[in-house]
Amino acid sequence: MRITCPICGARDRREFYYQGAALTRPGPDDGAQAWDDYVHLRDNPAGITRELWQHEAGCAAWIVVTRDTVTHAVHGAELATDLAGEVQS
Amino acid sequence: MLELTAKSPCSGLLPMTIGPFTLTEMTPLAMTSIAPRKGQESALSDALKAAHGMAFPAPGRATGKAEARAVWFGRGVALLIGPTADAALAEHAALTDQSDAWAVVRLEGQGAEDVLARLVPVDLRAAVFKRGHTARTQLMHMSASVTRVGDRAFQIMVFRSMAATLVHDLETAMRSIAARS
Repeated sequence: MRITCPICGARDRREFYYQGAALTRPGPDDGAQAWDDYVHLRDNPAGITRELWQHEAGCAAWIVVTRDTVTHAVHGAELATDLAGEVQS
Repeated sequence: MLELTAKSPCSGLLPMTIGPFTLTEMTPLAMTSIAPRKGQESALSDALKAAHGMAFPAPGRATGKAEARAVWFGRGVALLIGPTADAALAEHAALTDQSDAWAVVRLEGQGAEDVLARLVPVDLRAAVFKRGHTARTQLMHMSASVTRVGDRAFQIMVFRSMAATLVHDLETAMRSIAARS
């Protein structure tokens, strides 16, 4: 599996560290249910998923990778800072 | 009075020649990481040019010459290798002394990229990884910086504590490739 880092280009999967699903963080007043979902509940999709990875052994940037869990295709990666506010772990 | 003797990271391990390959240690006077402050990138690049004669490198590139080189070292960071960093750079960037933190070796010889192909998961062939290109990647399991510094020469850096492992891994790969040629 290769991931195309927006800074370094296509690199081997072993250079990357996996964090988890890229979720939208609830607001401070969104209530216990929203926070319970955010902290504990994850989808387990067969298909397209968006996840946070870090290019740990390369440029050290955090990226959001869109990939398919069925075909293992990696569809793209964006810098997490470019999506600031949209996704957090 | 206690007499202390400075030892280089690969002291006692290098130089080494195996078949067409030579592995030598480089001992730059200083290594300083330079991280430009937000919005100061071009001002820093100008200051770097004025002080040391090279621009701030773009991602995946190295600028300068053998005696004073700036190597891209990660997102928003370059490593100045050679001279002591000019204090004026601190106006535009965070400077951190790394002089004793990294082991620096030079691998040279026809087919040096074949040696590294056994250790590094990046395509380092001359057609795609030209002189002045650099990569932060892994060498075996070590976090490394690999820079092409000549048609047949690479500069390889790992953390100082891993110097012996670096030399061992390179020696094994050099022997393997040399035995086949």
